[in-house]
Amino acid sequence: MNPIKILVAAKRVVDYNVRVRLKPDHSGIATDGVKMGVNPFDEIALEEALRIRERGEASEVVVATVGPHEAESQIRSLLAMGADRAIHIETTRETGPLEVAHVLYHLVQEIEPGLVILGKQAIDDDCGQVGPMLAALWGRPQATFVSKLTLEGGRAQAVREVDHGLETVEVDLPAVITTDLRLNTPRFIKMPDIMKARQKPLDRRPFENCGIDLPRLEVEAYLPPPERVAGLRVESVSELVTRLRDRGVL
Amino acid sequence: MDAILVIAEAQDGQAPIAESTLKTLAVARKIGAGPVDLAWFGAGLDRLPEPAGTLNGIRKHWVFDDPRLVHPPASLVSRLIGSRAREYSHLLMPGTSFGRDLLPRLAGLLGAPLVSDVLEVLGPRRFKRGIYAGNIHTVVRVPDGVPVLLTVRLASWRPIVVEEGPAPAPVEKIAVPGTIPVDARFVGLEVDQSARPDLQSARRVVSGGRSLGSRENFALLEKLADRLNAAIGASRAAVDAGYAPNDLQVGQTGKIIAPELYLAFGISGAIQHLTGIRDAGTIVAVNKDPEAPIFKVADLGLVGDLFAVIPDLLAELDRQGIGR
Ligand SMILES: Cc1cc2nc3c(=O)[nH]c(=O)nc-3n(C[C@H](O)[C@H](O)[C@H](O)COP(=O)(O)OP(=O)(O)OC[C@H]3O[C@@H](n4cnc5c(N)ncnc54)[C@H](O)[C@@H]3O)c2cc1C
Ligand SMILES: Cc1cc2nc3c(=O)[nH]c(=O)nc-3n(C[C@H](O)[C@H](O)[C@H](O)COP(=O)(O)OP(=O)(O)OC[C@H]3O[C@@H](n4cnc5c(N)ncnc54)[C@H](O)[C@@H]3O)c2cc1C
Repeated sequence: MNPIKILVAAKRVVDYNVRVRLKPDHSGIATDGVKMGVNPFDEIALEEALRIRERGEASEVVVATVGPHEAESQIRSLLAMGADRAIHIETTRETGPLEVAHVLYHLVQEIEPGLVILGKQAIDDDCGQVGPMLAALWGRPQATFVSKLTLEGGRAQAVREVDHGLETVEVDLPAVITTDLRLNTPRFIKMPDIMKARQKPLDRRPFENCGIDLPRLEVEAYLPPPERVAGLRVESVSELVTRLRDRGVL
Repeated sequence: MDAILVIAEAQDGQAPIAESTLKTLAVARKIGAGPVDLAWFGAGLDRLPEPAGTLNGIRKHWVFDDPRLVHPPASLVSRLIGSRAREYSHLLMPGTSFGRDLLPRLAGLLGAPLVSDVLEVLGPRRFKRGIYAGNIHTVVRVPDGVPVLLTVRLASWRPIVVEEGPAPAPVEKIAVPGTIPVDARFVGLEVDQSARPDLQSARRVVSGGRSLGSRENFALLEKLADRLNAAIGASRAAVDAGYAPNDLQVGQTGKIIAPELYLAFGISGAIQHLTGIRDAGTIVAVNKDPEAPIFKVADLGLVGDLFAVIPDLLAELDRQGIGR
């Protein structure tokens, strides 16, 4: 099989350790001064692409981000991890999954990758939509929630984490893959690589040039979820069982 | 005209209708925008799962039954649905791995946004859903001029009560063309062969974390689960360490569940885990660290070593004559 190109889609999100809060007036999420990072699933996507390249099965790994100017710092860390080059579609707009999928589809037509690897979900909006949407636009097969991936003879074999266990599927290339947590453990970035990453090509394009304006969900309100409150500390196992019986759950 | 298409969970006709399908029908009812059709994709659907055929409130069943549709690949199914989807104002699927794989693909084809994991219906085009691992809820509106596509957050919904309609709804079988391109193939499924209740729908769940320390120790939980007729759950750390299979992971990126009783042993209570149990009835936490965050959400907390608590609990259940 000839080496393929791989496109990895990565999103800048609030770091997974941050407990997000609403703005006091409930008009949105308080993100000022909050630590940001790469969506963890997208780091896994890049790691997988790099491993494929290191096995000699891919010739180039391109990272694409749709997001604000500040996303450059996440892009630099992805380049430091080992991506060959990056495309930054800059916008301050809150793009919807459908719009992102359309942007990626433009890039797919330009790059002609053999694989596009995305996260199964972004941990901010938790939508889990862009991968299959892109696959639909492109008219190519998809393997979602993947925890193992091998390429052979113009096909990919993927193990998917589905509701009832592990499903193995085979898809023809080119294909869209979305990553689950157990696909791999992303490598740490080394200092010299951070320096080297500054030299790597980063292509910035304004989102507005893509001419995309698609229906998006309108967010009418942000609300705090109903809180669970701490209950009772019990002192012993027998008290626990008695209380569970009192509640009628045993 | 408004009409709702519910795409049923993929299954064959042998098993009873999936609970996730019945929950999705509950959402369809709540939306109440016109007649409801059910579409079935699978292999072995020469008869419909009981009691789908006689279910009240269904206008029509569309059945796609073909060996190539065993564990139906999204690319194939979306080709089969094709432009027919445009005849509906609403397309609904359960938030199972089938729905989360397929419906975004249909959304891409239809050029419509998708509302993932709906937890409440506020109107035919207004829904509540969670973001940031459920730490914030949003009210979203689907703009006019596009169909409404949504997946159902199963933990937030009860299945419809099964009632027989006045007459069985017509069943239309649609042949899958031999020429349809097959670019994705099912190869195999590795299932955990346990006889325990299914994690997603179990009334009781016994769950363990990293602190169990080994697969062998995890079996301790199994004893308790069997005793309580409970399903087993696990934290991501326990799954990553190989103590439990992946489909038992509870949380933001695992299963979101709402059992009546959730017993967490040696689970710290990371936000990603808590997302999965927010809707549980009673949460019990057993943890040796009195400061563990799980105690902030537990209805009943016991500070202690799980390796001592579990045997004590089994003995206490014996003593009080429970679960025999
Ligand atoms: C609720 C419902 C009811 C339906 N009722 C009927 C019915 O009564 N009769 C009936 O015949 N079908 C029925 N169908 C099936 C569906 O409408 C057809 O399969 C439809 O013809 C698919 O093609 P399309 O043009 O709509 O898809 P499009 O979205 O326009 O096509 C997508 C792509 O899929 C590929 N493709 C699609 N079909 C074929 C094919 N046959 N061979 C090769 N490539 C193909 C092509 O690449 C095409 O570009 C129904 C589907 C649903 C969901
Ligand atoms: C993108 C992303 C997604 C994630 N998704 C999920 C998810 O879906 N589900 C999930 O669970 N996690 C998820 N996580 C991981 C999550 O952040 C935590 O790391 C994980 O839940 C911790 O698992 P744990 O509670 O078993 O382990 P730990 O946090 O290590 O906690 C172990 C606990 O056991 C207690 N303990 C130790 N020994 C004993 C003993 N003998 N008796 C009693 N108590 C004892 C300790 O006091 C401690 O509280 C995700 C993380 C990321 C970054």
